[in-house]
Amino acid sequence: MKERKEKRVSAIKNGTVIDHIPSNSMFKVISMLNLDQIEYPITFGTNLKSNKDGTKGIIKISDIHLDSDDLNKIALVAPKAVLNVIKDYEVTEKQVVDLPDKISGIVKCVNPKCITNVENVKTKFNVVSKKPVHLHCHYCEKITTQDLIQTL
Amino acid sequence: MKNKSLISINDYSKEDYLEIIELADEFEKNPNQRLLEDKVIASLFFEPSTRTRLSFESAISRLGGKIIGFTDAGTSSVKKGESLKDTILTVEKYSDLIIMRHPVEGSSRYASEVSKVPVINAGDGANQHPTQCLLDLYSIKKTQETLENLNIILVGDLKYGRTVHSLLQAMSNFNPTFTFISPKLLQMPKEYKLMLESKGLKYEEYTEFNDCINKADIIYVTRVQRERFSDPMEYEKVKNSYILKNSMLSDTKENLRILHPLPRVNEISEDVDSNEKAYYFTQALNGVYARMAIMTKILGLK
Ligand SMILES: [Zn+2]
Repeated sequence: MKERKEKRVSAIKNGTVIDHIPSNSMFKVISMLNLDQIEYPITFGTNLKSNKDGTKGIIKISDIHLDSDDLNKIALVAPKAVLNVIKDYEVTEKQVVDLPDKISGIVKCVNPKCITNVENVKTKFNVVSKKPVHLHCHYCEKITTQDLIQTL
Repeated sequence: MKNKSLISINDYSKEDYLEIIELADEFEKNPNQRLLEDKVIASLFFEPSTRTRLSFESAISRLGGKIIGFTDAGTSSVKKGESLKDTILTVEKYSDLIIMRHPVEGSSRYASEVSKVPVINAGDGANQHPTQCLLDLYSIKKTQETLENLNIILVGDLKYGRTVHSLLQAMSNFNPTFTFISPKLLQMPKEYKLMLESKGLKYEEYTEFNDCINKADIIYVTRVQRERFSDPMEYEKVKNSYILKNSMLSDTKENLRILHPLPRVNEISEDVDSNEKAYYFTQALNGVYARMAIMTKILGLK
């Protein structure tokens, strides 16, 4: 049963599999991780049936292991994502994403009067709550809540 | 505090507040000290605020400092489209300290990261105005002889009023009991109530004045602005409910003092002015001493 499901998106020998991405966040995850700029083989699937989440997306990247700081950013748009490290077709490590305490330059501040939306200033947030996500702007001190998160 | 910018009231600790208050008191007793004699202070008002600017200028002048800067952005290079970063990088070369007022929220924090000299935020949009808060604390301490265990009523626009938010944050270090009086539409935001609850502090909330004013040590009044209401009828219905009148003060405590960040419109009726419990004009003067204390602390002169 499990094997048949995995084959919807072809298996990889070595690399990273990011599973349980909400279908509607697939392209955000791709751009947040700059996957459109890497040269290794990548396979995607989206709108796949999932027992847990209705539909989900999955990304398989051959031959590289992503930096975990980098991967944790995707917790913003895919809080239930699971990372599988694959070695020789076997899952050697499973890891749930965990949002870092500080986030810089990925998310737009929700406050239109914030300096980061007026001048060329990189956004910085303190993560004051992880579930649901509440981001406290380092500059204007307003909170950007999960439902209002826009990635840059 | 030395060489550290003051951007948000949260940049200072309880101990810092007390140090500033003590020093402000020292300046009040002896205001003409030439401590800023060889200092140049940049005063950058990207939007006009006569009251705050005059208060700073008075404080600097009494301490013998020189002031450079502009009083509104319309007459400066900012009008020609210069970025805030470039303005700050220029001005920091000419000055020992920058005081800045700007309509954009977070602009002062950003300026303090760009500047090599310390920055004092004199108001960044609806966000912070920490020197106002410190002068409020000084006023409370002076009139009550303590900041601990006070009963404080906040009246008016509690949703958007940055002064009441800063005051609430700062005073929450001193075990106060708060009462909020405001229209439903302009109630104290949930995040501040949660903050009080997390510290085990009590508060009550009403939509109009009642007996609670007889328990109060401080009544802090702010203006309910027409522009906050999308429905003008709604404003007409509530606008007279938040006016403090002299007749309401007959059973209040002897030590009660009434504060207001000014300018006042009609939210405190003029017959209160002659009551000895009215403190708002003295409060404004306290701003000069509080700002003397803040500037000399930051410049390491005290
Ligand atoms: Zn912001």
